[in-house]
Amino acid sequence: MTGHPTRAATAPGRTPTSVTQGADGSPTRGGIGESTMRPDGILKVTGEFAYSSDLWHEDMLWGHTLRSTVAHARIVSIDTSEALATSGVYAVLTYDDLPTEVRHYGLEIRDTPVLAHGKVRHHGEPVALVAADHPETARRAAAKIRVEYEELPVVTDEASATGPGAVLVHEHRDDHHSGHVPHPNIVHRQPIVRGDAAAAAERADVVVTGDYVFGMQDQAFLGPESGLAVPAEDGGVDLYVATQWLHSDLRQIAPVLGLPEKKVRMTLSGVGGAFGGREDLSMQIHGCLLALRTGKPVKIVYNRFESFFGHVHRHPARLHYEHGATRDGRLTHVRCRIVLDGGAYASASPAVVGNAASLSIGPYVVEDVDIEAIALYTNNPPCGAMRGFGAVQACFAYEAQMDKVAAELGLDPVEFRQINAMEQGTVMPTGQVVDSPAPVAELLRRVKALPMPPERQWETTEGADVRALPGGLSNTTHGEGVVRGVGYAVGIKNVGFSEGFDDYSTARVRMEVINGEPVATVHTAMAEVGQGGVTVHAQIARSELGVSQVTIAPADTRVGSAGSTSASRQTYMTGGAVKNSCEAVREKVLEIGRRKFGTYHPAWATAELLLEGGKVVTDGGEALADIADVLEDEAVDVELEFRHRPTQAFDLRTGQGNGHVQYSFAAHRAVVEVDTELGLVKVVELACAQDVGKALNPLSVVGQIQGGSTQGLGVAVMEEIVVDPVTAKVRNPSFTDYLIPTILDTPTMPVDVLELADEHAPYGLRGIGEAPTLSSTPAVLAAIRQATGLELTRTPVRPEHLTGA
Amino acid sequence: MRVTFTVNGRRQEADDVWEGESLLYVLRERMGLPGSKNACEQGECGSCTVRLDGVPVCSCLVAAGQAEGREVVTVEGLAGKDGRLSTVQQAFVDAGAVQCGFCTPGLLVAADELLERTPEPSDGDIREALSGNLCRCTGYEKILDAVRLAAARTGEAV
Repeated sequence: MTGHPTRAATAPGRTPTSVTQGADGSPTRGGIGESTMRPDGILKVTGEFAYSSDLWHEDMLWGHTLRSTVAHARIVSIDTSEALATSGVYAVLTYDDLPTEVRHYGLEIRDTPVLAHGKVRHHGEPVALVAADHPETARRAAAKIRVEYEELPVVTDEASATGPGAVLVHEHRDDHHSGHVPHPNIVHRQPIVRGDAAAAAERADVVVTGDYVFGMQDQAFLGPESGLAVPAEDGGVDLYVATQWLHSDLRQIAPVLGLPEKKVRMTLSGVGGAFGGREDLSMQIHGCLLALRTGKPVKIVYNRFESFFGHVHRHPARLHYEHGATRDGRLTHVRCRIVLDGGAYASASPAVVGNAASLSIGPYVVEDVDIEAIALYTNNPPCGAMRGFGAVQACFAYEAQMDKVAAELGLDPVEFRQINAMEQGTVMPTGQVVDSPAPVAELLRRVKALPMPPERQWETTEGADVRALPGGLSNTTHGEGVVRGVGYAVGIKNVGFSEGFDDYSTARVRMEVINGEPVATVHTAMAEVGQGGVTVHAQIARSELGVSQVTIAPADTRVGSAGSTSASRQTYMTGGAVKNSCEAVREKVLEIGRRKFGTYHPAWATAELLLEGGKVVTDGGEALADIADVLEDEAVDVELEFRHRPTQAFDLRTGQGNGHVQYSFAAHRAVVEVDTELGLVKVVELACAQDVGKALNPLSVVGQIQGGSTQGLGVAVMEEIVVDPVTAKVRNPSFTDYLIPTILDTPTMPVDVLELADEHAPYGLRGIGEAPTLSSTPAVLAAIRQATGLELTRTPVRPEHLTGA
Repeated sequence: MRVTFTVNGRRQEADDVWEGESLLYVLRERMGLPGSKNACEQGECGSCTVRLDGVPVCSCLVAAGQAEGREVVTVEGLAGKDGRLSTVQQAFVDAGAVQCGFCTPGLLVAADELLERTPEPSDGDIREALSGNLCRCTGYEKILDAVRLAAARTGEAV
């Protein structure tokens, strides 16, 4: 390990670049509604796309994070002397080296220390940082830092968090939730009371209760947390990083560094997936601190082991439900209590609580409800955003309940759901009226109507194809002991940021003539994490501005915030912002046209004018001028913010309020085959029907649905971060022990896309990313229950749950 | 130490390599070829898949010294010299098999090797050949489509 690695590359660095994409053929093609190709697709298949871990700078150092080896302890001492004396080491930083008094960060509550101070609250908490000229030098130096811990009792569940004499995870809370929660180890509590559940229960012919457990899921994005911080001559720093929301990062980073936001210039580098796991900061502040301390560019790349400690996970949950129904199949009431484990720091826990509570009864009509959701502070790993948060855990439980009630009533589970399905005009438990299409019964009908996969699908003319059987290539069965089951589920997810949050996005759109052709440039701070936002932006610009060539500028903080790439919101919000700014650009182009050519043709003053195929045309299709002739050497440049309809906070006592922007619905049918002797499950098919409002890019829509469905399948049968209940330490931080579905685990996934426009949303679209992650898990569980006759109240299901071993 | 091997037909050399460095690290950090990806560095995800003397390997599990004098093909070597995408690369773009794209380089190398070995693979063959490559975005359906498409296009061209 001597000296800086040198690169054969001739460029001084490897940083993000803009991408220009032309539509094939006629210039009017490539607009919304078409399955256009990704503008970054070619870069991604040639290996040229620069992800955050690919960044490189002349003379750069490597940063490494020392993390706590215990979950809850007082830090007695930290000795960095030996690490500092290591050859090749440029800096070692601890809490005491932080440059300002702002030493905590957080999405909503600033409770997370940049580096541990006096105490660690979870396994893997950052304690110290090292910068060295080789990653292995940095790792070895970090191992030489001596940290003396005095272990404290661990808080691991509701009993240890709120029982008598409970140890407080945060001793001096003064955040805006601390005043209304019943215990300091409860981050946030949201009750919802509507109607009279007790009186309604009297009317019920059947009452069914259940207790459910949802395991801790990891986002398991493939591109590890990473980035490059480059110190600048003005005392500021340029940060290239993979994140979900540049401006939220900036707001948290700058005060810790003691820099004004304009001196922390952030650029999005290639993001290898996110799924919520990049909403919180990882290496951002650490990299900047090391760069500013050493005066050298610093790159930090987590390996997979560290990644499991480097981001928050999906909240594990315990859920208690009581459903009542009359003999004719109508739900009378629902009572439920959802306990989410938020781990050591708040992260997105308050919003997860809000979602879990407000979506807790699912897409059904129930007038009398009594709901409570809480998130705990514990010494378990911090939990926060993951695709579908709050709604995912609830859906697993309420859909299990729906099957249980249907069975009690002797009704078909799909029919029972359809009897109670919500529709446009239904009032949510929060009192909010659903004012756009809610085709819940129709989605169930559609997914049920899809053709079933053939029985004994593993049989071939040459015998059993073990790859299609439970156990797969382990060759554990050729069909003996294998039983099929079919299960259904449906879910509801909110779209966009809720509960009164000022949720907006910004788009800058520029139109100019280059080489005789009009070209649009779209500049936003939207984090493209793989979802295809950049594809859709180019499509919107083509549709609105009638251009062929669209350049997507790199996302950075030189343009206003785009908000987060989460909550299924980006096509709605930043897509809406691009549309909005394109419309303003179009008006300006038409103004210039009227000024220059208005006297030549009366239609300039009288007709509705559009931009199509590089021309100004009337709504009757008559071409008035080439855009190139209108603009000549003039450029039109607009930057505007776009907002969705305002929402309201939920009342802290009753949970009433118009808290959500839009709802999104998907239904699944799972077909499984279970080797009942060994407890092995093969998901044979996972069909989905989803309403997307308007499919701006049908290929991408189906890709989102299949990807989301697969993550739901994962947490049904294999994915779980196992935390030791005694030590609160993570037992399986690797892809060897934390399993995500492979191509052999993943079945055929037919998708039926319904497009019922939401008149409040741009183009009528509906956010789509999360809904498919909800109902796939309970559908798989329902299918396994049908195959085995077992109750199965926890997810993921493991072989021992199926064999009783 | 110094290591010398052939990458995508071109002789490459790296000096001052620490003996513990992986082939993946040397490709990415010393040879300016970051196309092969570092998703797990545990040999579980396949994102670093390259061909070593024709055989697909996880380059994170190969010590750089083990590649001495041998032939390595990475994702950067799949396209033609004129920059034209290979059949399997084009199929991944066309079929929508790329979302975040972090798994793509490894999948392309694995799929390329499969189609060389088995020009008309069954779905079972595709799943088996790609089962060492994790993808978190797509649910694999479009990846299957892409490999089927590449196989069909190769068949047509013959």
